[in-house]
Amino acid sequence: MLHTVNKSSFERNSLQSCLNTIDDTSVILLIEDGVISAAKNNNSSMIADLATQGRVYALKGDVEARGISSKLADNIKLVDYAGFVDLVVEHGTAVSWV
Amino acid sequence: MKISIQINEGPYQHQASDTAYQFAKAAIEKGHEIFRVFFYHDGVNNASRFTVPPQDDRNVVNQWADLDIKDAEGNPELVVCVAAALRRGMLDESEASKNGVDMNNIHPAFRISGLGQLIEAGIQSDRLVVFGD
Amino acid sequence: MSTKKFMYLNRRSSFGTVYALESLEVVLIAAAFEQDVSLAFIDDGVYQIVEGQNTDGIGMKNFSKTYHALGDYEINKLYVSAESLEERGLTEEDLMPLVYEDEDDDWEEKPSVKIVSNAELSKIMSEQDVCLSF
Repeated sequence: MLHTVNKSSFERNSLQSCLNTIDDTSVILLIEDGVISAAKNNNSSMIADLATQGRVYALKGDVEARGISSKLADNIKLVDYAGFVDLVVEHGTAVSWV
Repeated sequence: MKISIQINEGPYQHQASDTAYQFAKAAIEKGHEIFRVFFYHDGVNNASRFTVPPQDDRNVVNQWADLDIKDAEGNPELVVCVAAALRRGMLDESEASKNGVDMNNIHPAFRISGLGQLIEAGIQSDRLVVFGD
Repeated sequence: MSTKKFMYLNRRSSFGTVYALESLEVVLIAAAFEQDVSLAFIDDGVYQIVEGQNTDGIGMKNFSKTYHALGDYEINKLYVSAESLEERGLTEEDLMPLVYEDEDDDWEEKPSVKIVSNAELSKIMSEQDVCLSF
């Protein structure tokens, strides 16, 4: 499955809820304000393990728009909208943690 | 692949419609089919033909219209939920006359229909992606 | 028409935003399509089916009774996150006693609500074809 998260973990618990129910094969794509969780910050540990496993993506346009390109946490994979489409195609059911 | 989209938020207030648009555009460019875009909750406001953004900003409504998402018979597949639309003052010609309202505001690239269209999109499409708040 | 597994993911309470009401409206329509329907109540979504909601003081429609009708539409898989309940100081007894009549078991009345752990929810979610978030 592909889980998209569009909220900052500082604002809402969407990322935590997603992490609570994610299975061993699913991946996460951070979009919109969700990319704030892709930056190195006090909440980075939430997704560090998943990122090490190569299972955390962030939407490049949203990262750049928020000025955090140079502050990305380790092992976050950036994708453009075409990459977003590929993730939807490859990972089956999409779940949005709005 | 056949992909459908549900949009829960109105334009300009929230990024959902912009993200969904960029996603839909990329999917079409990659050769996928956008089977249907279903506008629900405040998302129905994306269909207002009265939308007039400042000249230096994008026009979210026209962007959707320009994607030209239609079925084989040429009917729009930008579908606005009727129940959500009516309670938010979004009416096409037929709903306006049915409800005694003297104006209609649905952009011609969109059409009003029932919630069944969302379920049907889920059944007919390989993927359904939700963009919301 | 083929049968798919649809999950409706509810994470917000009933009245602060319209999502709960309009999610319920989709679910009622979905019943006519004879798909496999599950509802998940996570986070503040658990408040949607709490017993004793009274909207007299806010001038809004109390649609909580409509959840009782779901059983009649054969919508009887309402999964509630145990962790979300616990975090909010709630137990199963705080929820509405939603039931359905099981046609495969002499129409015996059975509970529609199942309290599930995050791990169980994870497994249920991974079996879905379509997930609609509200």
